[in-house]
Amino acid sequence: MIWSKEETLPREEIERIQLERLQETVARVYEKVEPYRAKMDAAGVKPEDIKTLQDLAKLPFVTKQDMRDNYPFGLFAVEREKLVRIHASSGTTGKPTVVGYTQADLDTWTECVSRIACMGGATEKDVAQICFGYGMFTGALGLHYGLENIGATIVPSSTGNSQKQIMYMQDFETSLLVATPSYALRLAEVAREMGLEPKKDLKVKIGLVGSELLTDAMREEMHKYWGDEMIITSNYGMSELMGPGVSGECEYLEGMHINEDFFIPEIIDPVTEEVLPAGEKGELVITCIKKEGLPLIRYRTKDITRLFYDKCKCGRTFCRMENLSGRSDDMLKIRGVNVFPSQIEEVILSFEELGPHYEIVVEREGYLDKLTVKVELNQPTDSFTVLETLAKSVSGKLKTILGLDAKVKLESPNTLQRFEGKAKRVKDLRKV
Amino acid sequence: MFAKQLSVFIENRQGRLGEVLNVLGQNGVNILSMSLADTTEYGLLRLIVNNPEMGKEKLTEAGFSSLLSDVLVIQIPHKAGSLQKLLKCIEAAGVNIEYMYGLSIDGAEAYVVMKASDVAKTEKVLSENGVMTLSNDRIKTL
Repeated sequence: MIWSKEETLPREEIERIQLERLQETVARVYEKVEPYRAKMDAAGVKPEDIKTLQDLAKLPFVTKQDMRDNYPFGLFAVEREKLVRIHASSGTTGKPTVVGYTQADLDTWTECVSRIACMGGATEKDVAQICFGYGMFTGALGLHYGLENIGATIVPSSTGNSQKQIMYMQDFETSLLVATPSYALRLAEVAREMGLEPKKDLKVKIGLVGSELLTDAMREEMHKYWGDEMIITSNYGMSELMGPGVSGECEYLEGMHINEDFFIPEIIDPVTEEVLPAGEKGELVITCIKKEGLPLIRYRTKDITRLFYDKCKCGRTFCRMENLSGRSDDMLKIRGVNVFPSQIEEVILSFEELGPHYEIVVEREGYLDKLTVKVELNQPTDSFTVLETLAKSVSGKLKTILGLDAKVKLESPNTLQRFEGKAKRVKDLRKV
Repeated sequence: MFAKQLSVFIENRQGRLGEVLNVLGQNGVNILSMSLADTTEYGLLRLIVNNPEMGKEKLTEAGFSSLLSDVLVIQIPHKAGSLQKLLKCIEAAGVNIEYMYGLSIDGAEAYVVMKASDVAKTEKVLSENGVMTLSNDRIKTL
C-alpha cells in the first residue's frame, strides 16, 4: 500500500516542491541560525543565490562536529519554548548530538515513518513489536508513532530480556518485528533455545530492520531463521536528520525510497567533496527542507551509497538509495586496502557451516597490519581435514574479495559476543 | 560392531578443555579413552565414554560443537607385532586409516580405537579375519 499521494508525484513536481522548500529553509536558517550565517558568509553565498536545485552545491556542509561545537541548541532554528521533544544520539566520545522537534516536526516524522512502514508491508492489522531501545535514541519512538499512525497495535517491548520478547511474540501473536538485523537473529536463536521454531511457532511475517547495515547475506540468514515468506525490508535514517523515516525499501527490494518532499539527497566524493552524478558511489549528503527545529543543510551522513532515479515497479517516483555499503567512518584501511566490514560479512555468510555471528580483529605486528576474522562453527565435525579446508576456503574467498590475507579463526557456537542494539563487530587494536 | 565416539571442537583457549571435562563429569559421563589432537588454532577432543548420547546432549546444551561418529574398537592380542598384523589386513582391503588411539589393556588383550575411511568395510574385513570389534555396551564392562 502507498501511504501518501506525494510518493507518486511526477519528477518535475517533486523538484518544484524541493526548490520551493529549499529556498524557504535556507532563507530561514540564514536569518535565525548564527553559525549558518557565518558559514554562508564565509563561503560567499546568500539565500537569494539559490535559484535552482543545482545551486544547493554552493552551500557549505554541516558535519557532526558542527553539532558538537554548537551543543546543545546552537544550530536550532526555533526558540527552545517551541520544541516539544528532544532526542540525543549516543556520543561515544565527548558530548552527544542533540536534536529537537516542534509539534510540526513530530507530525512530519510520523508521516515519513508511516510511509516507510507501508512500503515494508505493514497494515493496521499488524501487531508490531518494537525491539529498539526506547529513550534518547530516535529509533524506537520514530517507528512507534509511525506504526501507531497507520493503526497497527504497538508492543513497545524495547531491547533486552529476550525470553520475555519471545513470550510476547507468542502470546500477542506479533506479526511485525522492528529490530536491528543482528538482534532479529539473536531473538530467533533465543526462540530455538526455548524449544520454539520461529518459522512455525511464531507469527512474525514482516521485519522492519534498521540502525545497522542489512546486507543481502544477512537478509538471507534472517530468512533461514524466520522463514522465506517473511518480508524483510531495511529503512534508513539518523537522529540528526529526524530519526528513522528518511528512506525505506519497498517490496521490490531495489533500494530505499527517499522521502524527497522532505529531504534532498546528494552523493559526494568524501575526499574531494565534489557532487557525483546519479548512480555513482560516494557519501550521502542530506538537506532537510521541511523541518522547523533543526533544519540541517547538506549534512554529511558518512554513509556510503548510490542513488537511482529510474521509476520503481511499486509505482513510487521517489528516488532510491542503495542499501549502504558501509560508513566512511567504518571503512578500515588495512595494509593500504579499503575494507568495509560488510564485505567480510558477505563472505562469511556464504558458508553454510559458519556464522551468522562474527568478529573482525585488526592488529599490528611490527609494521604490518594483521586481519583476523573470528567466526562460529555451526556444523560439528570430527575431522581436521574438514576444519582446515573450511578455514582455507574462507580465507581464499576473503583474499579474492578484499585482496588481503586474512587469518580465519573458527570458534565454538555461542562464544562470540551478541548485541541487542547496533552490533560492534570490529576490533581495531592498532595503536597509531 | 561399531562403537560411538564423541568428538568435541575446542578452541585453543585457556580453560576450554576443563570446561568440557566439567560438563561430562557433572553429568556422570565417564571417559574410557581419549585422544586430544590440536593445531595452533583449535583442537579436536575424541572420546570413548560410557554414555555418548548423554555426553553429546549435555555438551551441545553447554554450547560446544560436538558430534557422534562411528568408529571401531578392536580387540587385539597384547603382544608385540599384533597391531602390525591387524593393519596389514586392513591395508590389503584398500581402506585408509584416518586416526587411531589406544583404549585399554586388559590382561592378555589390548584394544585400539580406529577411524577408517570406510568403517563398514573395515569391520567386515576384520570379522572375516576373526578379529573382534566391541560395542559401546561391551566397552563399558572393560
